[in-house]
Amino acid sequence: MATIASPQATTLSNDEILRYSRHLIMPEVGMAGQQRLKAARVLCIGAGGLGSPLALYLAAAGVGTLGLVDFDVVDFTNLQRQIIHATDDVGRPKLDSAAEKLTAINPAISIQKFETRLSSANALDIIRGFDIVADGTDNFPTRYLVNDACVLSGKPNVYASIFRFEGQASVFATQNGPCYRCLYPEPPPPGLVPSCAEGGVLGILPGLLGVIQATEVIKLILGSGNPLIGRLLLVDALGMRFKELHLRKNPECPVCGANPTVRELIDYNQFCGIRGEEAPVTTAVPEIRPEELKARLDAGDDVFILDVREPHEYQICNLGGHLIPLGELPARMSELDSSREIVAHCRSGVRSAKAVTLLRQAGFGKVTNLAGGILAWSDKVDPTVPKY
Amino acid sequence: MKVLIPAALRQYTGKQSAIDLPPGTVEDVLRQLTSQFPELRKQLFGDDGTLRKFVNLYLNDEDIRYLQNQNTAVTADDTLSIIPSVAGGCVQPD
Repeated sequence: MATIASPQATTLSNDEILRYSRHLIMPEVGMAGQQRLKAARVLCIGAGGLGSPLALYLAAAGVGTLGLVDFDVVDFTNLQRQIIHATDDVGRPKLDSAAEKLTAINPAISIQKFETRLSSANALDIIRGFDIVADGTDNFPTRYLVNDACVLSGKPNVYASIFRFEGQASVFATQNGPCYRCLYPEPPPPGLVPSCAEGGVLGILPGLLGVIQATEVIKLILGSGNPLIGRLLLVDALGMRFKELHLRKNPECPVCGANPTVRELIDYNQFCGIRGEEAPVTTAVPEIRPEELKARLDAGDDVFILDVREPHEYQICNLGGHLIPLGELPARMSELDSSREIVAHCRSGVRSAKAVTLLRQAGFGKVTNLAGGILAWSDKVDPTVPKY
Repeated sequence: MKVLIPAALRQYTGKQSAIDLPPGTVEDVLRQLTSQFPELRKQLFGDDGTLRKFVNLYLNDEDIRYLQNQNTAVTADDTLSIIPSVAGGCVQPD
């Protein structure tokens, strides 16, 4: 079991005894357990979907020191799932919004804010001041960074990740347990993991997984129960099924194995194959701007609009285009007339660019991509079209 | 036997989450799976035909890397789970 810095003189005040009474009357926690919670220092990486419920419950439980790492501001679309943030917080730094709510729940805890992007230059320094790390990030380079930094620092990494309506959770980087690289030695090259035309995430899902993370953090602090060390918990929210897979520590793991080759933090963007900023959509396909398309349509030109989004997106808003989801396009090209001028569009122009490439390769000579998709149409031509 | 398809890959299997296939080795099962769903092949295998390193396969609850890899025998009562790595977080639609 992970060892946390010993409680020493973390006595509980009368107020704290009353606040945590429901913990104290349980033998699994008791005074000793609550003192361990008070002495514990937990670093929450990310104050978003996973970080919201995680931090809220750790604060409520009386974890004495909470570190928060996030450089982002609250976005309107976050509110569907990042429940630590409220409508009035839109536009504010997530750290400020989060710290406020956590202090309101439990003024006695100490909150340390790190409004920065975690990087190889700062990760070890930041982690040094904490006992346990909870990884609530949303990209591969940071996941590998956090993992390696935790292994190198000897701090457990309570991990969770979500995708649409499924999630994973485990505890990595303990002394005898596996690390993230034991499970996935290499990340997927960018663009290969189905970034998924359907995207999205069920709002409750990070709630489910974030609380699982908080549970595991608390168990590690208390030294109670069976933590998810060497266990990968798989959650399927739609089926409401929980499954467990056995994770082994890889003796040849380059980070946590018997003969580690990674002894310092590396360039994780390079490791994950990302060079500099994410490249924008290739502009190799011929494009038409929304204003140009509008002008053509107003002039009565015969332009066929092909919408390559998914049916449920069509329901949100559409330009009256003919819907063939991108995934079905190869099989349904016969529905299209190559003698007509076709403008393909999707939400932001990425999928439709692929559609244009496909169609041109199939001999359609008069296909262009609506630059910026229906989002740009809303911006430039018709603001009544909702953005999503 | 049953192959369990994760959410990330169901767009390649006509949205099915579980595929029934006859028993054999893992290699046999994957061959049948990808011949039934050719678009799955690129997600699971690299150009050199080897299984992608960010995809794990579990026979019931054990990683096949710690069993006999692609030679692992899969019986009629077994389940093969495909577990790709996901970074988590909301994936914005394109």
